[in-house]
Amino acid sequence: MKNPLRDEASAFQVVLVTLGGAVLVVLAAWVNTWLGLVVFLALVAVALWAIRGGMRQRPPQAHVVHDGGPARKILVVANETVGGDELRELLGRKAEGVSEDVLLVCPALNSRLRTWTSDEDGARAAAQERLDESLARLRDAGVTARGEIGDGDPLQALEDALRTFPADEIVVSTHPPGRSNWLEQGVVENARLRFDVPVSHVVVDLAAETSV
Amino acid sequence: MSAHAEAVGHEHHGPPPANRSSRLDPATLGMFLFIASEAMLFGAFFTAYFFVRVVNPDAPATWPPPPFEFPVFVAGVNTAILVTSSFTVHWATQAIKRGDRNGLRAGLVITILLGAAFLLTQMVEYAHVGFNTGDGAFASVFFGLTGLHGAHVFVGLSLLTIAAVRAFRGHFSPEHHHGVEIPGIYWHFVDVMWIIVFFAVYVL
Repeated sequence: MKNPLRDEASAFQVVLVTLGGAVLVVLAAWVNTWLGLVVFLALVAVALWAIRGGMRQRPPQAHVVHDGGPARKILVVANETVGGDELRELLGRKAEGVSEDVLLVCPALNSRLRTWTSDEDGARAAAQERLDESLARLRDAGVTARGEIGDGDPLQALEDALRTFPADEIVVSTHPPGRSNWLEQGVVENARLRFDVPVSHVVVDLAAETSV
Repeated sequence: MSAHAEAVGHEHHGPPPANRSSRLDPATLGMFLFIASEAMLFGAFFTAYFFVRVVNPDAPATWPPPPFEFPVFVAGVNTAILVTSSFTVHWATQAIKRGDRNGLRAGLVITILLGAAFLLTQMVEYAHVGFNTGDGAFASVFFGLTGLHGAHVFVGLSLLTIAAVRAFRGHFSPEHHHGVEIPGIYWHFVDVMWIIVFFAVYVL
């Protein structure tokens, strides 16, 4: 969502748009009262669409400068699914025969209202719990990894992590399609567009694992 | 080496800075939430206005009810004054972002003058409008809505005056200008509300 009052310049644009919109509504209403109402409702709809991010331009692709170190750096972003067998197997395969450096990022998922009001203690504590558990399970599977808590937005969490961890590869772990909020938001596709690093997607079906 | 590191470590006094996840800084977030509550307040007044207008027996053919008339021309001039003041406050903010202190001061002073002219004109309009709050529901909502807006202009002027005083004392820089930016957002909000009030009450 784009906040139209984010700064003074954005608020100034709102003034100009309101002025233009009001003139349109008045002109339409002079022709016919109902036409004025229709134009007003159409403008409100367009404004809501724009606020929802309708006209937002895609940010430029972030270039990751690799440090050329001997270890293969793998950045994993996962929320609940990091404990899944599929992910552990994938990381085990990637780590086979090479020196690997795995960083696991657990986004502190939070409601929009809590994020806006910086009330994220609960979300960070929950993420820390999942992270500790996940790191322990990865260690059991023979994968040496370290972890950190990231931004509630998985793409932002990836971007933050890449600033200090120039990964050779990104792994995004999600629930299966239909149950994954991240897939619905297009996190994997957007990660591929946003970072010039190969992005792997692993689907972890925790429900199937627990039923087995 | 360790002594130096320790000294550096003790440069910061007091508790560590609070962690915040919001990409809005707290001051802007506070103004945003305040404006959201203000929009609801105006919404309540607009609801009352449109209700009174719809239940008017002659609606929508005649508004306001005869024999009263709104001073549309004076209100139009006032609208032009207020819209212009949005341009000048934007100019002031852009000026300090470029490090132009004179532009900041000039922009703020002109904005304050325009805002004061708006209030003065509104007071003159009230004195000559030809009806009073006791002349029916339409008059009550007219004075309620425009008076509520006038009170907001006064608050905005107070904020801008504080910003101007600080600007003349040498405060603000291209990196730190929240004291101008936030009153600027509020002023634009006040302007947007007036545009809606003007077109809804005087023109439509």
